[in-house]
Amino acid sequence: MSAVVLDHITKTYDDGKVVAVDDVSLQVAEGELFGLIGPDGAGKTSLFRILTTLLLPDKGSATVRGYDCVKDFKAIRSRIGYMPGKFSLYQDLTVKENLDFFATLFGSSIEENYDLIRDIYEQIKPFNDRRAGKLSGGMKQKLALCCALIHKPEVLFLDEPTTGVDVVSRKEFWAMLKSLKQQGITIVVSTPYMDEAMRCERIALIQGGKIMSVDTPDNIIAQFPVTLYAIKADDIYRLLTALRNEPAIDSSYAFGEYIHITLRNGSDIDTLRQQMEEKGHAHVAAKAIRPGIEDSFIRLMNQA
Amino acid sequence: MKQFLAFIRKEFFHVFRDRRTLLIMFGLPVAQIVLFGFALTSEVKDITLTVIDQSGDVNTQQLISKIKSSSYFVVNESTRDYNRIADDFKKGRAKCALIFPARFGDDLQHGGKVQLQIITDGSDPNTAKTVVNYITAITTAYQQQVSPSQRLPFVIIPETRMLYNEEGNGSLNFIPGVMALVLMIVCTALTSVSVVREKELGTMEILLVSPFKPLMVLIAKAIPYLILSLANFILILVLAVFVLDVAIKGSIILLFLESMLFIITCLSLGLLISNTTNSQQTALLLSMMGMMIPTMIFTGFMFPLENMPKVFQVISNLIPSRWYFLIVKAVMLKGLGFSYVWKETLVMLGMTVAALTIALKNFKTRLS
Amino acid sequence: MEEKVIVCRELTKRFGDFYAVNKISFDVNKGEIFGFLGANGAGKTTAMRILCGLSHPTSGEATVAGFNVYKQTEAIKKNIGYMSQKFSLYENLTILENIEFFGGVYGVPAAEIKERSDNLVRKLGLTAEAKKLVGALPLGWKQKLAFSVAIFHQPRIVFLDEPTGGVDPVTRRQFWDMIYEAAASGITIFVTTHYMDEAEYCNRITIMVDGKVEALDSPANLKARFDADNMDEVFYRLARGAKRSGD
Repeated sequence: MSAVVLDHITKTYDDGKVVAVDDVSLQVAEGELFGLIGPDGAGKTSLFRILTTLLLPDKGSATVRGYDCVKDFKAIRSRIGYMPGKFSLYQDLTVKENLDFFATLFGSSIEENYDLIRDIYEQIKPFNDRRAGKLSGGMKQKLALCCALIHKPEVLFLDEPTTGVDVVSRKEFWAMLKSLKQQGITIVVSTPYMDEAMRCERIALIQGGKIMSVDTPDNIIAQFPVTLYAIKADDIYRLLTALRNEPAIDSSYAFGEYIHITLRNGSDIDTLRQQMEEKGHAHVAAKAIRPGIEDSFIRLMNQA
Repeated sequence: MKQFLAFIRKEFFHVFRDRRTLLIMFGLPVAQIVLFGFALTSEVKDITLTVIDQSGDVNTQQLISKIKSSSYFVVNESTRDYNRIADDFKKGRAKCALIFPARFGDDLQHGGKVQLQIITDGSDPNTAKTVVNYITAITTAYQQQVSPSQRLPFVIIPETRMLYNEEGNGSLNFIPGVMALVLMIVCTALTSVSVVREKELGTMEILLVSPFKPLMVLIAKAIPYLILSLANFILILVLAVFVLDVAIKGSIILLFLESMLFIITCLSLGLLISNTTNSQQTALLLSMMGMMIPTMIFTGFMFPLENMPKVFQVISNLIPSRWYFLIVKAVMLKGLGFSYVWKETLVMLGMTVAALTIALKNFKTRLS
Repeated sequence: MEEKVIVCRELTKRFGDFYAVNKISFDVNKGEIFGFLGANGAGKTTAMRILCGLSHPTSGEATVAGFNVYKQTEAIKKNIGYMSQKFSLYENLTILENIEFFGGVYGVPAAEIKERSDNLVRKLGLTAEAKKLVGALPLGWKQKLAFSVAIFHQPRIVFLDEPTGGVDPVTRRQFWDMIYEAAASGITIFVTTHYMDEAEYCNRITIMVDGKVEALDSPANLKARFDADNMDEVFYRLARGAKRSGD
């Protein structure tokens, strides 16, 4: 049985004028760490709200652990943990008070499932008496995760937990998710950061309310249809402008210090490099590389 | 039940940790009482009075000292200069002038017609009228005192009594009004804002997703405010009794129960407002504009309803505070029992049930 | 000798015992894309507020576009543009109304606003949407438009606070094209970001840790110094040791 099933889900707002989710189908297996990868406005939050029974879909059906998201919403509500996109704890309550409150609300207590939250909670325990509003971004996020876990949910929904959080805290957060997964909790997480996709077992790339691809990150990358090259020179912006006017180039996107390019049929990277050097670009270097999720995402976006 | 208690506890934390809420909760009644009790009183006190005494005899002296001895007037030194009046009025030294013509005492002694001119500041007609009444009353009393035998057979001197308020305490009428106003603002505004804040924060999403019943969320939200409002009600009563010397004539228990009913009405309205909006500002604006202003206008404690056009009188029937005002006046000031206010109570009960039903029915167990 | 647009010397901002910004010093050259990185709570926002003339420093010296951050904050505000992920444009005004409003605020003459806003809308490919409400635009467009509005009055420096958060990868790159173009026209860019690949697009970057500038160099030099493959690694090494965190 799949932990989460979405079957041709469509959700619109403003009397159908805005299509947030457009005929989405996917399945998340038991115990899987599943990522919804896409920019803001792609429809990630709407999907989460449908699965957490907060929104009704216009069309299609969805189930969580076999329970229907519309009919059996009560059964679902007691089995899931949910961390909404915005930091949603009481800023004027302390760490301990927040935790106690949510534990009681979900009919549990801090002690009851302490094993589950121990690793995370001990990091914020020194700040037990501090008000949640005074915590740093990373700590707020840990507290929110504790609150979502406190009743030992079967499925955990995390909507953009790492947005606005710095690189260090983000790394820690993903490490925590990995250890939760090992305890058998199914996790559905969304993120706008493409680099985080690699940390999920399977991902769905979502853009404009549509799923562009669902697979393991490695498979998605393997499906990249052509060879991808990385090219750089001293003046990267000049190089980028030059490449855009080059007929041999199919696509060119800046990626850090490199520009990732794909070539049209019959073109050759060595010829291109020479051409660029002849045009006065200094220290041109080019190599074939393995694409990343972001490369795949861009390619799929442009195909759509 | 444990969840319910935890929820209520949390709600109290919110209130006691937010200075703004506390200020509205307990600062408002104090401010209102002080404002209405002392600053905005309709009683006339310490009116400055210029006396032009062109006669300067014993009688004028006696009358002037009578006026001086009343607490209503502060008398500027008397003069014979008629021009002083205009000057004093312009410079704000007098609100009123009293002019004794020459030979005032002689005429009085000899049974002739006595004239006396009162000039008041008509830019404030209410005060002006009151002043004229006071002076007339004082002079009439004086006239009887100096020549009781001269009373003409056809002169009728009315002796007035203000029932339920013999001392003419101006605080009496507005206390029920302030109670209605404060409870209305506190209950409606704070309840609606506290629900909407959860929506703004995003915590409402978690509450809805939890196994806690959505309706219980609303009830648990309302209970702390019910308790606080009752505390508030007691605070107003204490202030009324000990600061403004208003006596509670009727049953305190009846008053308490009626107030509780009114508070529940207001809480229901607050919940109703919170259903219709997602922003704290809108909620606050709706409660303030939508509730406070009608309460002030249509309750009857600031503007007499009898003088309003028919349409407004009909509208005023829809305002819960109007009924509460009538009940409090009857119970607190007149000392009447439940048999005199059951109709008003029934109207209020009907309103509460209606508001609460709509609020609970409209509460969304999902987002939009 | 390159023209310096921002000069910062031992700039400090203290809140009680807390040094939000602790003796930071750096220069920013004209037309440079200057990346300003740091973990949450490192003091980025506070430093940026001072440089925008919104907050007085406790001690130290700084000039922005030649104006003193203590005394000439009004002059600073006239010479800078500002855009952040959170506040950009009025959602319930149309695109043209937004441009007119912000142009007017910065004292661009009305005739010039008219002419340049037409050009701008055409360049962004938004001619058909010009009279639509900004709220109806997709996020990526909003951000691109917001940037254009921020540099509409041709400021000497533009401050960008996480301008590309949550934007799709293609639009993010289009956004950076606009940044490059603005820099080439002589506008200095001061930008914060959470995307480490974007750090690579900057001419120079500073990394703040616990209120101090821990590193200031070109991305290539930083990578060489820390023997790292990418900026992500550089940042992680520097920020991991941070003692404090906060917003």
